[in-house]
Amino acid sequence: MGLNLIVLVKQVPDTQNVGGDAMKEDGTVNRAVLPAIFNPEDLHALESALVVKDQNPGSTVSVITMGPPSAVQVLKDSLYRGADYVALISDRKFAGADTLATSYALKCAIEKIGKYDIVFCGRQAIDGDTAQVGPQTAEKLGINQITNVSQIESVDAKKKEIQARRSIEGGYEIIKAPFPILLTITDEGYTPRPPSVIRVMTYKNASAEMTEQGYDESYIDSSVDRISETAINLWDINAIGAEIESCGLAGSPTKVKKIESIVLKSEDIKMVENTEDSISDMVHELISDHTLG
Amino acid sequence: MSSNNSVMVFIQQDDGKVADVSVELLSKARDLADQLKVSVTGALMGSGIKGEAEKLIPYGVDEIFVIDDKRLIDYTPVPYTKIMIEVIKKVKPQIALYGATTTGRDLGPRVASNLKVGLTADCTSLEIGDYTSRGVDYSNILYQIRPAFGGNIVATIVSPEKKPQMATVREGVMKVGTQDPGYKGKVTPFTVDLVDTDFPSTVIKKMKEEKLVDLKGAQIIIAGGMGVGSKENFDLILELAHVLGGEVGASRAAVDAGFVSKEHQVGQTGTTVRPKLYIACGISGSIQHRAGMDESARIIAINTDHEAPIFQIAHYGIVGDLNDVIPKFIKAFKAKD
Repeated sequence: MGLNLIVLVKQVPDTQNVGGDAMKEDGTVNRAVLPAIFNPEDLHALESALVVKDQNPGSTVSVITMGPPSAVQVLKDSLYRGADYVALISDRKFAGADTLATSYALKCAIEKIGKYDIVFCGRQAIDGDTAQVGPQTAEKLGINQITNVSQIESVDAKKKEIQARRSIEGGYEIIKAPFPILLTITDEGYTPRPPSVIRVMTYKNASAEMTEQGYDESYIDSSVDRISETAINLWDINAIGAEIESCGLAGSPTKVKKIESIVLKSEDIKMVENTEDSISDMVHELISDHTLG
Repeated sequence: MSSNNSVMVFIQQDDGKVADVSVELLSKARDLADQLKVSVTGALMGSGIKGEAEKLIPYGVDEIFVIDDKRLIDYTPVPYTKIMIEVIKKVKPQIALYGATTTGRDLGPRVASNLKVGLTADCTSLEIGDYTSRGVDYSNILYQIRPAFGGNIVATIVSPEKKPQMATVREGVMKVGTQDPGYKGKVTPFTVDLVDTDFPSTVIKKMKEEKLVDLKGAQIIIAGGMGVGSKENFDLILELAHVLGGEVGASRAAVDAGFVSKEHQVGQTGTTVRPKLYIACGISGSIQHRAGMDESARIIAINTDHEAPIFQIAHYGIVGDLNDVIPKFIKAFKAKD
């Protein structure tokens, strides 16, 4: 029995490989020098959805991202790896969204797709590390969630039920829950598959097209060969039926008051020469003040 | 004192025992509440946990709302969210704090999403101050301070227009306050109408491994970063830790590179530590790492790059290759007698 699977992904600046030029002199982030990448844990979320699809023939994987037009890159990448249907929600009115406004827009997009059994997200994005958008979206959809999932233990399409392994401090727990459910996936349990050569050839010229068309059963029926239908759906605020006051800056209760690159207070640092005598002196100092025993 | 307008803490319990981070947050809430001249409240849900609530009053807690139900023995998101929302709607705190644990990070965002209020994740500092935006002055607002953008910046976030102002805070960041055994606070039962459909998730198994790494309790920590270079070179860190009787720590980069397992990670997304001695080997000192160790009583930095930020918070600095420095350190320590 086929399942309807939705994956939420994000394009992020690669903050894990930041060079010395990442910050401008005025203390703001120099986005221009940071390459944009597929948020790492979102790739694991996509992989987990594709695994569920492989195990449940007839399932479809729809991928949604919100971002500027350049974010189509993560959707193309999703198509290359096996996604069936992709949508970019993009509108100037979404600019300045915090996690609350972001989750509202994603909720609207998910409801436009309509039917879903499982929504997959990466646990958190490396540019904010908040891990909030997944749970906030689940609450807005009025559905249950399992966060920090390292492994999906089993999916029972007939009973419409999932068992998942959730990482907790110092261990894990196994949670059983019915559909619909939102999962946030960690990077522990899945190895993202590489893009397929055939799919890259098929989708490399795919471009985003404005569409009012939402979820259409025939369109995403996997038994139909749709390889020629390569459109990336582009949805604006009207297409997803979002209320403007809940989007972007207007829908974001949190404001950034101040951003600073920390200037460290210079302590009375004692520089120790890299010689046996100097290091021995330091060790004796630490022993005499009972730091070392 | 009225519980309305208070500083509230979600009190997390695991297997019937209150989490350390919740005690830390109650202590911080007391500080904030004193500045705001309001009371401290708590919300505790679980099964048979009234006694635990009473033990928390001496931290300066004015009122703890206890929701006691057998079905609440394990945390699951749907019922806990429903309860927290009802408590907040009834008590109307101006601030609500959660530990940035897997539980707090699961619950806080759902509550924020439902109430349409702000939530700042993983704060490392909380302060009270004023804020002006578009000609409107807000006084006594919660400054929610956290590293952001991969630790390259520190951001101060405010959410002045919506109440409660909410934040999750890392374990170990806030200090536990002193107890006043005579403090007058009360434990108040709170009822929420819970039906079976409020419990869609079942915890069918819970496994906690014996903690092999105890960073929080360690007096001496020897931590390695990317500068260590390889998993093999990390043996030198292990050896120094063994000789000094310390625990092994690591930066996120070293963990991500696979030099050592994640339980060793110190920093904003790892463990926050305050040992007597912290030896940072080949760690450049990102904000996120420093946030997890800069309150160590003594810091020794060993790094080949004399401009590494770690030197700016260190008490002793050694510019050199750790493969060269550590053996000298071990030799000097072994020769102490």
